[in-house]
Amino acid sequence: MAERVLMKGNEAIAEAAIRAGCRHYFGYPITPQTEVAAYMAKKMPKIGGVFLQAESEIASINMVYGAAAAGMRVMTSSSSPGISLKGEGLSYIAGSDVPAFVVNVQRGGPGLGGIQPSQSDYFQATKGGGHGDYHMIVLAPASVQEMASLTIKGFNLADKYLMTAMILADGTIGQMMEPISFEDAEIETYDKPWALTGTKMRRPHNIVNSLYLKPDELEQKNFERYKKYAVVEENEPMWEEYRMEDAEICVVAFGIASRVAKNAVVAARAEGVKVGLIRPITLWPFPKKPLRAAADQVKAFVSVELNMGQMIDDVRLAIECKKPVSLCNRAGGMIPSPDQVLSAIREAQKGEN
Amino acid sequence: MAIVFQKPHALTDAVLHYCPGCPHGIIHRLVAEAIDSLGIEGEAIGVAPVGCAVMAYDYFNCDMIEAAHGRAPATATGLKRCRPENIVFTYQGDGDLASIGMAETVHAAARNENITIIFVNNAIYGMTGGQMAPTSLPGQVTQTSPYGRDVKHCGWPIKVCELLATLEGPEYIERVAVNNVKNVKAAGRAIKKAFQNQIEGKGFSLIEVVSACPTNWGMTPQKALEWVESDMIPYYPLGVYKDRSAAKEAEAK
Amino acid sequence: MKTTQILIAGFGGQGILFAGKFLAYKGLLEDLQVSWLPSYGPEMRGGTANCNVILSDDPVGSPIITDPDVLIVMNLPSLQKYVDTVVPGGQIYVDSTLIQEKVRRTDVEVYYIPASQMANDAGVPTLANMVMMGCVLKNNPELSFDGAAETMAKLVPPKKANLVELNMKALEAGRDYEG
Repeated sequence: MAERVLMKGNEAIAEAAIRAGCRHYFGYPITPQTEVAAYMAKKMPKIGGVFLQAESEIASINMVYGAAAAGMRVMTSSSSPGISLKGEGLSYIAGSDVPAFVVNVQRGGPGLGGIQPSQSDYFQATKGGGHGDYHMIVLAPASVQEMASLTIKGFNLADKYLMTAMILADGTIGQMMEPISFEDAEIETYDKPWALTGTKMRRPHNIVNSLYLKPDELEQKNFERYKKYAVVEENEPMWEEYRMEDAEICVVAFGIASRVAKNAVVAARAEGVKVGLIRPITLWPFPKKPLRAAADQVKAFVSVELNMGQMIDDVRLAIECKKPVSLCNRAGGMIPSPDQVLSAIREAQKGEN
Repeated sequence: MAIVFQKPHALTDAVLHYCPGCPHGIIHRLVAEAIDSLGIEGEAIGVAPVGCAVMAYDYFNCDMIEAAHGRAPATATGLKRCRPENIVFTYQGDGDLASIGMAETVHAAARNENITIIFVNNAIYGMTGGQMAPTSLPGQVTQTSPYGRDVKHCGWPIKVCELLATLEGPEYIERVAVNNVKNVKAAGRAIKKAFQNQIEGKGFSLIEVVSACPTNWGMTPQKALEWVESDMIPYYPLGVYKDRSAAKEAEAK
Repeated sequence: MKTTQILIAGFGGQGILFAGKFLAYKGLLEDLQVSWLPSYGPEMRGGTANCNVILSDDPVGSPIITDPDVLIVMNLPSLQKYVDTVVPGGQIYVDSTLIQEKVRRTDVEVYYIPASQMANDAGVPTLANMVMMGCVLKNNPELSFDGAAETMAKLVPPKKANLVELNMKALEAGRDYEG
């Protein structure tokens, strides 16, 4: 086994990205993700890579767009208000079908909001964020180890499907340190015949573009893209199940919320409440199958979130409203305590008995 | 039979969509001629803007990318930093470069990004139907300044070359025009130099091309070119605003 | 299953986060499961700072500590804020140079260490945090002083190797304090 090292979540993302073959980083400072940029600024010049602090979030995502079109593994990172600014570029990247890797270490919003951890960009990340019909692959790490492993996974998925893969983390996971070990990164390589390399006068020119003035052509492009999305939805959902074997209550939580929820599940089990946890690891594609299966088994669901209730909609859709779903949440940078989640579990248990 | 005139190789066979009398065709040709004469078509990657030249990716034979509005210098930065061996250029209008994309323009210049920018200034938003541009002249009537540009209300035109020349960063800044044969020839030389600078690794070169928009100015092509001479050029004087290498050479002497 | 939840709190600049890192690295070297969660943002620069460290035989659940087993406080506001969160039977370590107030609870063990004064006297005025840590290691059965030097050597960057010795000096002062 590789050596265990202590690392901040944000640093783990940066190191994993480098191990995934990323040699180009473009970003703009914002709390609480600055360690990603700082790590890249230190490392990239030493390994022949590029770290460039752009003039804005808008410029940085468009630099990512250019680099992605050049066929390179490239990334940017930011936090909530900065991701809003990147929305335009993310839409262009989706519309041009080039692969990119983006990190959102979320903080409370809306507006300038605060800098404490939040999950209130769930809608923005999973429903598009920018304009137009599109999706990003959204990965939600719950530990520093996953910050690394999902980063490598994200780069691979981005190249595989020619999409943006986004890490949707939060200030807690970004700032905390845990031991992690870097196994050899499995880097999948894909041919990129569409990349802008210069024609060398040997092939017709490549065009990277999202403009289709003929509506029937644009419709066709959208149809094709959604066929691809259907494949992603079929093949790529990831989730973790904990104590679900005999569960009567199912807690659903991702990221830092799932860590708190796990404590509450342990405490509830100690009281004799049969409760389990389903933790979506991919938020898009959302793991509908295990939730649908759970709907036939449990009495009720509890969605634990650091927002005003966003993922809960996807839970309800996944289970087709077969069972009640309650919300246990804090917002604005606050984090629910295990006791709060425990109370919500007890309530859910009572409600159905 | 000797060929005395032909389309540059760097242009595709696509029929340009520009309005009759629009100088974009001339400027495209000048860019293509520069690419041909430097033999860089196989290395070139062009960045198209949002604006009238939005479909430039169909007209140039080299690899092309369509950028978001104003972001061409950032997209070009991403490309060039990944592929420094390639020749990366943007082709942008005044709204794209000097309004929504001003930050990207200024910062690419400040970084002396080794790219070539062709900036077409026709003092109006053409594609959207003739709105006031950051370079519209004082008093100029447009769809959104129907009583003439009132500088007390909406500010003064931006002189891009003068502004960028104040920066330490850029290598080469020149303003040219395409309203007569002499100026077109000078514009061709400037554009070629802007590419040559990139090949030599000298850095950021921007050529502002003072152009015309007969359709949205509401003039015949002939009258529009006369207006360039009588109104545009006095406000936007032609010439070299910055040439770091030449300045260094002069100093050395 | 043994899990120790340690909350360290004080002003920014007192080395609160570093003290937590020391414990986290020590846990790492002892093959424990570890989490280290800092407060972040403007409070790093002069306001209150705190740090959550969890050491466990099992994977750490939530890294956020609501009921610490061990509380180490280096200013009065932190004591007032967290004193009632400590689990019954837990430990509270107070830098008594900076905090005159006494803990009224009787269901916890309280250690008063004049750490800032001791650090001054030992010629390492900025290392009161490590004086506190020395005392924590000695009095906490789940921790031990063994491996402190190895941990410090790992924690301090090679360029600042001279700091290992100074930090050890502070740790030892805390360990040897008979209050």
